[in-house]
Amino acid sequence: MDQHSKHPSAAVVPTLRPTDFEVLGTQSSAPVLVRPSRSYWQDAWQRLKSNKRALVSLYLVIGLILFTFVGPLVWRVDPALQDIDQISLAPGADRRALVVEPFSAWDGVTEWQQSQGQSGLRVADSPNTQSVRLKWDASLTAGGYLVYRNIYEPEGMDSLGLPLMEIENPSQAYYEDRLDLQPDVYYYSLVELNDNGQPMGDYQMVTAEVRRVITVDEVIARNLVDDPSALMPGDEVMLAWHPLGTDYLGRDMLARLMAGAQVSLFIGLLAPLLFVSFGVVYGATAGFIGGRLDQLFMRFADFVVALPFLLFMILFQVVFGIGPGESGIIPMLVALVILSWPATARLVRGQILQIREEAYVSAAKLLGASNKYLITRHMIPNTLGVILVTLTFAVPTAIFTEAFLSFIGMGVAPPTASWGSMCNEGLKTMLTHPHELIFPAAMISITVLAFNLLGDGLRDALDARMRSSE
Amino acid sequence: MWLYTLKRLLQGVITVWFIATATFFGMHSVPGDPLSGERATNEVIRANLEARYGLDRPVTEQYFIFMGNMLRGDFGISYTQQNREVNDIIREHFPVSATLGLLAVLFAAAGGILFGALTALYRNRLPDYIIMFLVILGISVPSFVFAALGQLSLVNVNNVLGFSILPVAGWGTVGHMLLPALVLGLGTMAYMTRLMRSSMLEVMSADYIRTAKAKGLSPTRIFARHQLRNAVMPVITVLGPAIAAITTGGFVVELVFAIPGLGRYFVQAVQQLDYTVIMGTTVFYGAFLVFMVIMVDLVYSWIDPRVRLQ
Repeated sequence: MDQHSKHPSAAVVPTLRPTDFEVLGTQSSAPVLVRPSRSYWQDAWQRLKSNKRALVSLYLVIGLILFTFVGPLVWRVDPALQDIDQISLAPGADRRALVVEPFSAWDGVTEWQQSQGQSGLRVADSPNTQSVRLKWDASLTAGGYLVYRNIYEPEGMDSLGLPLMEIENPSQAYYEDRLDLQPDVYYYSLVELNDNGQPMGDYQMVTAEVRRVITVDEVIARNLVDDPSALMPGDEVMLAWHPLGTDYLGRDMLARLMAGAQVSLFIGLLAPLLFVSFGVVYGATAGFIGGRLDQLFMRFADFVVALPFLLFMILFQVVFGIGPGESGIIPMLVALVILSWPATARLVRGQILQIREEAYVSAAKLLGASNKYLITRHMIPNTLGVILVTLTFAVPTAIFTEAFLSFIGMGVAPPTASWGSMCNEGLKTMLTHPHELIFPAAMISITVLAFNLLGDGLRDALDARMRSSE
Repeated sequence: MWLYTLKRLLQGVITVWFIATATFFGMHSVPGDPLSGERATNEVIRANLEARYGLDRPVTEQYFIFMGNMLRGDFGISYTQQNREVNDIIREHFPVSATLGLLAVLFAAAGGILFGALTALYRNRLPDYIIMFLVILGISVPSFVFAALGQLSLVNVNNVLGFSILPVAGWGTVGHMLLPALVLGLGTMAYMTRLMRSSMLEVMSADYIRTAKAKGLSPTRIFARHQLRNAVMPVITVLGPAIAAITTGGFVVELVFAIPGLGRYFVQAVQQLDYTVIMGTTVFYGAFLVFMVIMVDLVYSWIDPRVRLQ
């Protein structure tokens, strides 16, 4: 028997070859992360992006910021500049003006061809914004005349209103109206007076369609045409363009809306930023340190909360006072900060108290984490979402407050433009020039709407617990 | 309950004291004084007047005099209106503001609860969308714009009809109150509608509603007895702050509709720097608002006893 032919099996030591160490191929069944891991903020951004309303409001806010800060660079019109030729002009109104000779006094005799031979009350020259010249037949029995001017057709003696002029000399049978004439239709009426100054008989009426005119000097002064040397009386020029019209002092609405946006956004963004920051520091200090200090801090916050907000806003405006030449923006900012911080402070304190008790904070403490680490690593990131939402919702409130105060005349001082004060001015001419009220009111509404919707979206995106059930 | 009431009232008193103190020192830091200007022509007259009105005494002493007078319910005499005490002004004009405010709160609460419940019942259907659109409008448009537009449309309606269905401005009859109160309440109504809607949606998915349905109760009975009653709770909590917002918001509406309310007099007093009227109305309004909030809290704790235990 061949005994040495085989090694005894127990003593076999397999010879290892390099090929034995080669990779057999990866296991395809091992779990692989399909989605890239996302941070909290990336996740929130994703959720915000999928919220159509929030996205639209975000664009609105961006548009508003562009309007406020880039707008004045594009539309370089001084918001305080008065265009006295175009007062209370609606957007898209006729802005042609006829070039005429400079004004020269009227003798009361010369008439243009169209009225020669007519009797009774008549317009004696082309009625324009320089002057409306009226002539009538002198009455032998009259002791004087009353001249009335109306913008609506009078329906009888009672509806004439107050006279424009009383003429005591019965031989003066003419009148030249130069009082604040606008391109419009005017109804002039004449009433004869007896010797006692009492009206006698019915009134005579004439309509005058006033044309807007401008002199060559004014065209040059306002830089309306490139080559004024070729300008002749009778030519037509286009007056300055006001895309959104003008207000009751002839100031450009678009420029004023932009200036007002600066005031509104300055207060609307800066005030919440300041009082939310203060509230965060105050509330976080109270919540983090706790104990006696917490009690003291929160009692004080309770008192400030109990102050009637608008009443004290007004009171603060009185206390600070607005000196000559000041806009009154800073007092309003300070008052808003003083009165508004407690809500944020309470919220942040509550958050901090809650986070302080979390297991991960205890774990971090157990591992010897310093206070600084706890604050920067746990407290701040976990409250930031809530703070951001509070901040967004504070913006419309601040804008509303500014508008409210400016509307009742307790806000920014004229001539500083603010949406609230523009609304107040527009209210007075609401019936005749609604655009002066509608534009600033729309700006306030759109801004507040945008920030409210953005706040809703941020709340839904950032904080699952606060998510609204809409 | 009694302990809770007592505690809340005590808190209220301290708050009113805080308001009075803040008002006093605030008004004292206003540059100038009531005797500056043309009233005191020379130093001797000025000194006499100051002595007469106690203005030459140290501020702390003036403060105690002010607080003492206030405790006795004496707010002093107006600086700008002849022969009028601040008390007279409050007595005469506060009822007007209070009536307007109360009616506005009523409108807001009734509308808010009704519309909120409707939106929840018709969730994601046409009525819901329409009402929620209006709610967003109500939250975003300032009250003075509503006031102006309301007045404008009333003018137009009256013109078209040829007679006036409601007076455009002024005060006196119920007709005068309706539009201003509605305008004043709109913002709060929008806010309450939102609140009511989310609260109602929460209630609608509660277990006890399912139980009630399983028992075979009629939908109207479930709605009235189970859903509405439970969902209305959060709306009641905001009633206190809502009253505060509506009363102070009334300033604007009173201005636009020419209503002789206290708010208008307050704004006027501020513009004319009428010290006593400003201090008096601020403290009065402050006290009123603080106690309204307390009242609402007490009512709430009576309806929902869980609040007291917290």
